[in-house]
Amino acid sequence: MTPKLEVIDLRKVFTTRRRTTEALGTVSFRVEAGEFVCVLGPSGCGKSTLLNIIAGLERPTHGEVRMDGVPVLAPGRDRVLIFQEAALFPWLNVRSNVAFGLRQQPLSSRERKRLVEQYLQLVGLRGFERVYIHEISGGMKQRVALARALALKPQVLLMDEPFAALDAQSRDTLHTELQGIWAQTGTTVLFVTHNVREALVLGTRVLLMSARPGRIKHEYPVRIPRPRQIEDYALVDAAQEVLADLREEVLRAEEEAGHEWLAR
Amino acid sequence: MSGWRARVLFFIALLATWQALYSLHLWPQYLFPSSWSVATSLGLGFADGSFPLAILVSLRRILIGYLISLAVGVPLGLLIGRVKLLQETVGTVILGLQALPSICWLPLAILWFGLSERAILFVVIMGAVLSICLSSVDGVRNTPPLYLRAARTMGAEGWALYWRVILPAALPAILTGMKLGWSFAWRSLMAGELLYVSLGLGQLLTLGRELNDMSRVMAVMLVIVILGLTVDRLLFAPAERLVRERWGLNPAS
Repeated sequence: MTPKLEVIDLRKVFTTRRRTTEALGTVSFRVEAGEFVCVLGPSGCGKSTLLNIIAGLERPTHGEVRMDGVPVLAPGRDRVLIFQEAALFPWLNVRSNVAFGLRQQPLSSRERKRLVEQYLQLVGLRGFERVYIHEISGGMKQRVALARALALKPQVLLMDEPFAALDAQSRDTLHTELQGIWAQTGTTVLFVTHNVREALVLGTRVLLMSARPGRIKHEYPVRIPRPRQIEDYALVDAAQEVLADLREEVLRAEEEAGHEWLAR
Repeated sequence: MSGWRARVLFFIALLATWQALYSLHLWPQYLFPSSWSVATSLGLGFADGSFPLAILVSLRRILIGYLISLAVGVPLGLLIGRVKLLQETVGTVILGLQALPSICWLPLAILWFGLSERAILFVVIMGAVLSICLSSVDGVRNTPPLYLRAARTMGAEGWALYWRVILPAALPAILTGMKLGWSFAWRSLMAGELLYVSLGLGQLLTLGRELNDMSRVMAVMLVIVILGLTVDRLLFAPAERLVRERWGLNPAS
């Protein structure tokens, strides 16, 4: 059976006039339908690049991405990406932001309105339809971004450290809610983070990436029962092992950066 | 409220200083009129209908010239901002021409259009259109890449991307350009009317100089200042405030 999402020998090299940087070094993995896969790695390991390529916003230097066996060549509604900054449009209110992608589709305005309300309900923001983006908090912004993405019913939801800029409380709340939403919608999620516990709270599987050039170093299935919370004992235990592994990569990344700095 | 009171006090002090300087008779009266005689000139100008007529003529000119500048400048800027080839060709020319004070177009305009209304409109347009165009270019080019990526991941491409993301994202910059364009248009118009006499507020200034009527000159200057301020306060300031707030460009909010 073909997997939902397949990443095959993906490599990305950035070339500037001065030098070439290998951001992503031959990454391969598969994501089955309905999975929640977290990609964990030190900063600068190319995990955002990986998501951008899967989203179709960047082209790989080598290798390919397949959705249901079909190669990905351009951005598409089947793979919606959520960013660290909510990337909502400030000139639109909450409702119109959620409706943004739906307007690209041939829907009646009633159907569109119904979908917007349904997904605002899902993220707990009914009643905020007419509010503008500058009036809501960071956590609420990410909920709107989540509703905006989910309303398009993507085959895979791509999330690029979406909670990294939030305060701890909002983050914890959103972790719980995202687990619920995932269970409710059955959407396949690929979630990138540099936070070990976040990866373990959310993922059914955690892929650990090495320092740049990023490769998949280890894979950890997470069997802790849901709903999980960041301070669960089982989770804290599991985190120890992964953390040791990640720390090694962070040190390597720093060492690398040091060498690079010296080489300049 | 205290800011408002401070402002009133300041203007009273300003008037008092003026009057004090005047009563010292440092300069002849025809060079430095009293505030009272300026006020009288102002009243007379409105009573004999010469000021309202000049205001109407000047406003009509600037309105037509400004609207044409908007109609040309904004679309041109939006186009140049998106097409690299245009940016490197037309964009460079516009950038260069902006160094030219618009009144320098007057000799050319008079040769092309004769001593007609069109010549002065041309000068007004050359004053406003370039800055409007360049601000629109900036607005388009400075669209946050994140907005574009977010829109593209939701399936927006081509025209939809342009209309629904780039244009609204550029709006604050376009508005700044519109405001700048208005003040440039206003300056160009006054310069044009001063040099090329045929009605309008600028002509009143020239006329005042020729009649050695300094209080009339100052009264006209006052009218010009008040008109400029009024448009800014009533039109541009509220629009700008709304956009800045909504777009989240105010550091406080």
